Amino acid sequence: MNQAVRQRDGLPDPLATPLEQLDVADPRRFEHDTWQPLFERLRRESPVHYQSYGPGGPGAEGDFFSITRYQDIVEVEKNWEAFSSEPSIAILDPEPDMSVQMFISTDPPLHDDQRRAVQGVVAPKNLQEFEVLIRQRTQETLDSLPVGETFNWVDRVSIDLTTKMLATLFDFPQEQRQLLTHWSDTATSDARITAGRGLSIEERRVIMIEMLEFFTKLWHQHQADDRESFDLIRMLQRDPKTANMVDDPLSYMGNLMLLIVGGNDTTRNSMTGGVLHLYDNPEEFAKLKANPGLIPSMVSEIIRYQTPLPHMRRTATRDVELNGTLIPKGSRVVLWYISGNRDSDAIANADQFIIDRPNVRNHLSFGMGIHRCMGNRLAEMQLRIVWEEILQRFDRIEVMGPPVRTCNSFVRGYHELPVRLHPLV
Amino acid sequence: MPVITFIEFDGTEHQVDGESGMTVMETAMKHNVPGIDADCGGSAVCGTCHCFVETAGELPEVEPQEESMLGLRPDRESNSRLSCQLQISDQMSDMTVRLPEFQM
Repeated sequence: MNQAVRQRDGLPDPLATPLEQLDVADPRRFEHDTWQPLFERLRRESPVHYQSYGPGGPGAEGDFFSITRYQDIVEVEKNWEAFSSEPSIAILDPEPDMSVQMFISTDPPLHDDQRRAVQGVVAPKNLQEFEVLIRQRTQETLDSLPVGETFNWVDRVSIDLTTKMLATLFDFPQEQRQLLTHWSDTATSDARITAGRGLSIEERRVIMIEMLEFFTKLWHQHQADDRESFDLIRMLQRDPKTANMVDDPLSYMGNLMLLIVGGNDTTRNSMTGGVLHLYDNPEEFAKLKANPGLIPSMVSEIIRYQTPLPHMRRTATRDVELNGTLIPKGSRVVLWYISGNRDSDAIANADQFIIDRPNVRNHLSFGMGIHRCMGNRLAEMQLRIVWEEILQRFDRIEVMGPPVRTCNSFVRGYHELPVRLHPLV
Repeated sequence: MPVITFIEFDGTEHQVDGESGMTVMETAMKHNVPGIDADCGGSAVCGTCHCFVETAGELPEVEPQEESMLGLRPDRESNSRLSCQLQISDQMSDMTVRLPEFQM
């Protein structure tokens, strides 16, 4: 079976080919879901692995190290002084003239100032208010679904719910919320990491400037209407350290991209992934049906198993040794969370989806250290509510065909998942 | 053996015996004290075992890694600590630890 699986992606056999001939970041392994054997081999044979060329194969610019073991990833995350998040948290360096600045790609103290300014959006008081709103919307969305006929879960549920939430976070006009999905998809569709299927630098630039213009107007509208609202834009405006961010377009644009992608692709793909993983593991679904109290634990397991952002990148600020290998100053260092999350030295039976596993929260999908996901509690809440409401309405969700996955090494997700709902009996 | 008193945000108290060699975080987890998540399992890289130490004897200094995570907390106070960095020993005095409203 493995042979057939490997041929499906059109790439060389990851176990029989010399490692130096394998492009670890080839997005087609994610598109065809054939990434596991290569990462399993790297964890075993070359856990701190140097690749002399960039994504795209020999000759491509952007050589990098791949870190694939759980503990090594944690070590790098800890050492933010030696492993900087500047200039980029993606494998590739920033595009020429598009050197946008976002706090995830900065180090302290600027990072801490900008992050603290927006962190309140996910403070408990806000989360409690969001919970009511999210539940109401989730109910509406689920109640509008056809029962007994096949439809695409990604469009009808995952995109719909995450985009509504994102619009709320920005106090963005709901009727134009599809723009947020469009911009989020654009931000991560760099042709250089999507096997050429994404957009060119020029195409992306035009769209990102459109986004900036829209959000610049929104900034001024929000400023003129300074009501008590805990949306991200008003939070930036209220904090003296970020109150003038709109005057620095590259910083404003960068942080918008960060918050839009961070609040969108991730939850969206975990919402779809959960349906698929539960369908593929009927005994786990049976556990859930028998004990809906497992939902919070299951949500963590879905996030681990999906790992919607397979990697982040750091850059070595000095020569530094990791697990016996010297990483020279200036090196790109890619932390493969998706691999660390399947490292059986850190997580027992890591390749299995187990909704009640011990220490279920100990996974790398949110990253670790000072750049750890700030929206993690909101994401968990959204997923928890979706599953609570699904179990109230449907007996099961049948997957009617294989998913269409994204061809992207930065976002592990889905374009389509055909499903059919079965009513409660 | 020191006695550790955890006080949840809503005021609920849990008194447990601290075991030498364990951390305060591990003690809370072992006794199912709600309010500590410990997402990273004790490496001081997630910040989700944040607590406020009300009374205690001498404690270890805040190391730079702990400081970098505490620095991100909007609810940080002067007695904020990551409970995974507080190792219990037999010589230790009893300790009262208040838990925050939320972990993030």
